[in-house]
Amino acid sequence: MSEHHHHDHDHSELSETELRVRALETILTEKGYVAPAALDAIIQAYETKIGPHNGARVVAKAWSDPAFRTALLEDGSKAISTLGQISRVGDHLVVVENTPQRHNMIVCTLCSCYPWEMLGLPPVWYKAAPYRSRAVKDPRGVLADFGVTLPKDIEIRVWDSTAETRFLVLPMRPEGTEGWSEEQLAALVTRDCMIGTGFPKAPGVPS
Amino acid sequence: MNGVHDMGGMDGFGKVEPEPNEPVFHAAWEARVLAMVRAMGAAGAFNIDTSRFYRETIPPHVYLSSSYYKKWFLGLEEMLIEKGYLTREDVAAGHAVHPAKALKHGRLERDGVERTMVRGKFARPAPAPARFNIGERVRAKNIHPVTHTRLPRYVRGHVGVVELNHGCHVFPDSAAMELGENPQWLYTVVFEGRDLWGADGDPTLKVSIDAFEPYLDPA
Repeated sequence: MSEHHHHDHDHSELSETELRVRALETILTEKGYVAPAALDAIIQAYETKIGPHNGARVVAKAWSDPAFRTALLEDGSKAISTLGQISRVGDHLVVVENTPQRHNMIVCTLCSCYPWEMLGLPPVWYKAAPYRSRAVKDPRGVLADFGVTLPKDIEIRVWDSTAETRFLVLPMRPEGTEGWSEEQLAALVTRDCMIGTGFPKAPGVPS
Repeated sequence: MNGVHDMGGMDGFGKVEPEPNEPVFHAAWEARVLAMVRAMGAAGAFNIDTSRFYRETIPPHVYLSSSYYKKWFLGLEEMLIEKGYLTREDVAAGHAVHPAKALKHGRLERDGVERTMVRGKFARPAPAPARFNIGERVRAKNIHPVTHTRLPRYVRGHVGVVELNHGCHVFPDSAAMELGENPQWLYTVVFEGRDLWGADGDPTLKVSIDAFEPYLDPA
């Protein structure tokens, strides 16, 4: 009895999906299509190099450097290409600025398009049906799910990423950050505030 | 195609559920799937539009009940079979039973990985002048292709305004079907929320899509 139980337990540790994924990697490796070391390197890059810290650096620089901000809004890809290590962004990044009159929000209703090079891989909610379905119809309702409330009369602009253009929200700089360094400012920039589903952290509030 | 992937404006999916301190991957297999898709794409087995189309053709009940990377896995496996890189016998055996097919760009090696982290270029020389100007009113065509398209249902038939011109880009509707890049002008077109969702819609809402020129008529 207990042996059976043990056996079942072992079996359930590998889900059907996990077994199928392992089998596919075995086949692709045996056929010479993929190099497991290259797969490891891809995963490592997404786990360590590519993440919202890249976008946060761009936002903090835009808050600190008016000429960079102007260039960024004019041509996001070109402006970011001057920043060295984080310039994996390619040619099609559009940066959209929040103002007291307008709040921007990014979605991909058709799949999961997202500025990977700036923000890393998208969170599950961004790729899931509730966000993809409602963001274009009821963005205030979606923001309420994040605990975010906007003034009643502010314009909400939702950008549906239906092509290879990618969008990054430039949030408003928090008050009380005069004289802060770019590094200090970058620590206030959250992933969600660059998607438009949140605001930057307030200065002095522990993260 | 009018699939369940085209979700804009659908109701009934419930609340958005942000996950505090979400990990990059929720299981090791998710990372392997992502890496296999990236590596096979870099090797030239398929283009990004074809890979999207294969995820869209997952049966609706499976699409809606599968996690994100499960959909990636299902799309990848089916695509590699249909494109002749794998056979159903290989998959059933869990090993390579049949010989490999040559990869257009060759296998992605470890030293090529950083190159794949740089986003691809989709702009192409313009075959003809742009048909629409910034500020011009345009109507999204009422079209229902059964193959891949990037014109979401919720804007079809509606009038919007051209706000940005992004130049000529690879046309996903052609590329997905491996009919060539067929470059087309790409515009950001902005719609009033109430034009899309009726008088009860949020009056402060504007929604834009990026629309390829063949999706648009003058209005």
